[in-house]
Amino acid sequence: MSAKEYRTVSSAQGSLLIVEQAPQVAFGDQVIIRDHLNNKRHGQVIRTSEREALIQVFEGTGDLDLENTWVRFLDQSLEINLSPEILGRIFNGIGTPKDGRPPILSNVRRNVNGSAINPAARTYPREFIQTGISSIDGLNSLVRGQKLPIFSASGLPHNRLAAQIVRQAKLVDEESSFSIVFAAMGVSYADARFFQEEFADSGVLGNVVMYINLADDPPVERLALPRVALTAAEYLAFDLDRHVLVVLTDMTNYAEALREVATAKGDVPSRKGYPGYLYSDLAEIYERSGRIKDRHGSVTMVPVVTMPSDDITHPIPDLTGYITEGQIVLSRELHNQGVYPPVHISPSLSRLMKDGIGKDDTREDHPRVANQLYAMYAKAMETRNLAAIIGAEELSERDRRYLKFAEAFDSQFVGQGEDEDRSIIETLNLAWELLSMFPKDMLTRVQEADLAKYHRSAD
Amino acid sequence: MSETDNQGTIREINGPILTIQLPGIRNGEQVKIGNLGLYGEVIALKGEIALVQSYESTEGVKPGEQVFGLGKPLSVELGPGLLGSIFDGVQRPLDKVFLESGDHIGRGINLPALNRERTWHFVPEPGVAIGAMLSPGQLIGRVQETAIIEHRIMVPPNQSGELLELAPEGDYQLDDPIGRMQSADGKPHKLMLYQHWPVRSPRPYRRRDHGLSPLITGQRILDTFFPLLKGGKSAIPGPFGAGKTVLQQQIARWSNADIVIYVGCGERGNELVDVLETFPQLQDPYSGHKLMERTLLVANTSNMPVVAREASIYVGITMAEYYRDQGYDVVMLADSTSRWAEALREVSGRLGQMPVEDGYPAYLSSRLAAFYERAGRVETQTGAKGSVTLIGAVSPPGGDFSEPVTAHTKEIIQTFWALSKELADARHYPSIDWVGSFSEHVITAAQWWHQEISPDWAHRRKQALGLLARDAELSRIVNLVGPEALSSAQRWELEGAAMIKEGVLQQSALDPVDTFASPEKQFLLLDMVLMIFDRGSELIELGISVQELTDLPLMAKARRAKQTFSSDQCDKIRLLMEEFKQAFSKIRLEYAKFKEHTQ
Repeated sequence: MSAKEYRTVSSAQGSLLIVEQAPQVAFGDQVIIRDHLNNKRHGQVIRTSEREALIQVFEGTGDLDLENTWVRFLDQSLEINLSPEILGRIFNGIGTPKDGRPPILSNVRRNVNGSAINPAARTYPREFIQTGISSIDGLNSLVRGQKLPIFSASGLPHNRLAAQIVRQAKLVDEESSFSIVFAAMGVSYADARFFQEEFADSGVLGNVVMYINLADDPPVERLALPRVALTAAEYLAFDLDRHVLVVLTDMTNYAEALREVATAKGDVPSRKGYPGYLYSDLAEIYERSGRIKDRHGSVTMVPVVTMPSDDITHPIPDLTGYITEGQIVLSRELHNQGVYPPVHISPSLSRLMKDGIGKDDTREDHPRVANQLYAMYAKAMETRNLAAIIGAEELSERDRRYLKFAEAFDSQFVGQGEDEDRSIIETLNLAWELLSMFPKDMLTRVQEADLAKYHRSAD
Repeated sequence: MSETDNQGTIREINGPILTIQLPGIRNGEQVKIGNLGLYGEVIALKGEIALVQSYESTEGVKPGEQVFGLGKPLSVELGPGLLGSIFDGVQRPLDKVFLESGDHIGRGINLPALNRERTWHFVPEPGVAIGAMLSPGQLIGRVQETAIIEHRIMVPPNQSGELLELAPEGDYQLDDPIGRMQSADGKPHKLMLYQHWPVRSPRPYRRRDHGLSPLITGQRILDTFFPLLKGGKSAIPGPFGAGKTVLQQQIARWSNADIVIYVGCGERGNELVDVLETFPQLQDPYSGHKLMERTLLVANTSNMPVVAREASIYVGITMAEYYRDQGYDVVMLADSTSRWAEALREVSGRLGQMPVEDGYPAYLSSRLAAFYERAGRVETQTGAKGSVTLIGAVSPPGGDFSEPVTAHTKEIIQTFWALSKELADARHYPSIDWVGSFSEHVITAAQWWHQEISPDWAHRRKQALGLLARDAELSRIVNLVGPEALSSAQRWELEGAAMIKEGVLQQSALDPVDTFASPEKQFLLLDMVLMIFDRGSELIELGISVQELTDLPLMAKARRAKQTFSSDQCDKIRLLMEEFKQAFSKIRLEYAKFKEHTQ
């Protein structure tokens, strides 16, 4: 660490600061800035040359004057201290305690930027996580080490769903529960409060680390926050052998902060003003989930993405969908009909489901039942559209059956209580109850053996 | 050239782009950067100043640190040991990187791509005698690389000369010279089991040749409806969740190529691991050996440095060309070319180049075209025939096919397998949309199917596509006025189209039987469905109701035939067809009796 302070700030704008005559400053370096009131701010070098260094200031440059600002380069990247003591604590976006308790003392220090997991070191995630939510467990199963975002929109109950997943997630045959890393970027005070109370009520608070940046906290801090939180998650998973569930909310606020800084830097914008590197940047965050060979722990990630104007093709959900292993999409229509959780199953998907379910993991019929439910629901949606045009009375007997199925599916299968924790067997039995509304020969995606065993028909 | 000969200093660092001062460096040359020894390449020169893109994260690098020119552009090692390996975007072996730097990829790691310790049994080519004049690309010996692939050791494509010495049959390591050669200018050259080639230059060949036979992928919608010839260029565009990756993996598993090169370019780590874990266990349906013995992987996951991503597809295609030069049919899958284009965009943005469409640089279309042009079936320098088939996944933002990467790709390729979100949402997989897809290879492929499988292929294919088009038309009517407005014949057409969709087009990658269909099985399933449709039409014309036909228990059997009978059980499909014919004749007879009776 260098003790030298530079007083050669030549420009301060938005969150960016330029320091001149500071040669030999490393790219990515941490910076401590002292202002005229002797208050400390933190920053990071995002461009450096022999002439000047460009610094991104986490707390912003408001109220700084160029004369009375001192800059010190720490000659190290953003690092945080880690120890088992982080559980139960609350920090800000750069890892400073926010709960009034002392900082973490430890000789384990980690660079928050991490580095890519070697694909040759990964193991494929295949352990089914039971969330107790039928639309997820039955149709879009989550497995340990997966990244499965919730695509939501303003006014939809994504926070309640995320909290329910956190509360109920467990492996089928194992009692070991998850450690939780909760990363909140630009959320409202009420939302942060909701989660804190949720964790307290369910008695897991001692097993949660929270990194919180509220809506009125500096936006630049949001850029560091998920990296800091994931560094903690990796530590818990791969140093302490815990299974970690990371909830990131809300990635849309993160991406907006990224755009704000990129624009200030003068980066060439691509879609909707977001920088061309949004994909790579999001990937650096999402790809930190997974399982590693010969390590007991795992990092499972449930990011929340609110889709601006409910638009799934907006760059943030779009690029997220290309990186994550599926998505759980919430629907305003179902929400308005009073269905909770309003999971719209058609665009929802879990890419890692195939290896986590079936005979040895859940039940042998699971993959085919999921497939059959999807097929029936797709047909039912077609029929619903048709009924909207020609009227339900005009439909054939067979078509009306689809309508009845869709209704029951939405209300009984997708819909469930916020405290209702269904086992996977209950979910699958419920699925068969609904599928049994159709005669056996209409169910071509399941096997004869499944029909014989589970179909509830009289014959 | 030693490193100190060509040394300079770093002036500025802006993410992966550095400005350095290094007189005499060449454009495209590789450099070693700073105290960490990161690798990168020069992308622009201006006087003594050069712009460098780094393949690795530049965190911690300072202005004033030193840079060394390495005297050559980004090149790959080509030799035995490539197959079965997994490399990163600049051909570092990831299993060795794992041993060196652990779970996470460290920086400044310099490891040779090919294993130097392993010995290979070299057999010199009979007839290659001392004193012979060797031409570029000439075969000088063989090494059994895997149980199914014989690696042909060739004179490098840009060298020739008189053979001075050739090693006898025996076991050699890669660093053991296997011969010496003197070129016309009197310079001696060592002959090795491996060679180097710069990735951004296509490897030479004698001339281009026509594609003749289709690549069989075992996927019905591809082989039967939108065939791709060996040596062809194809694109798979689709929004996320439409099944691009699964389809690419299916092609990697089941296609009848000799060699498969899978380039995961900016994709998910977990999916690459899926390939890594399953391929060594899966059997190649053609040779019966393990799939990994003909496969090699290039993995640049989305969180790896963006510059290495840009390089990864060139690394992949150069290795593909190398096996092509040995006379093999190679398939290269690039998943996804959009990520590669985005890497171009990111670098060009940092260079402050003028963006044209969606922030992409003006040279996007020419780079894309030049890359795809490296595919093809060729006559090699020695007159053998080899091919590189290139299949690129495209990830259009928001599923919009009019965006620049999809639009430019569409102009270059010959086969377009368009994935549809609607089909995927209805879990109709593979979700290839038969309306938006096309193949320019149908006529050539038809000749192959005519000779090998059935003279009826072209006719049946056309009939099926016609029925699907009719289905779209009739569905519009149904959506306006309801199904009651249709005649029986029309409703039977809808039924026929549904059978094609369910019994032929939909194919489950997860079902052990359905995952692969031989050309014979593909044709029989199509033939069966259309036979049912044709005979059914006749009965309906006689006045039999659609209901009576759809209620036949046999119908469910026809729809399930794809997963009931494997490719070895084609005779059982024929038997099922006979059963249908009998059932239909019976209905016809009963109906005739009934008619007689009522008259």
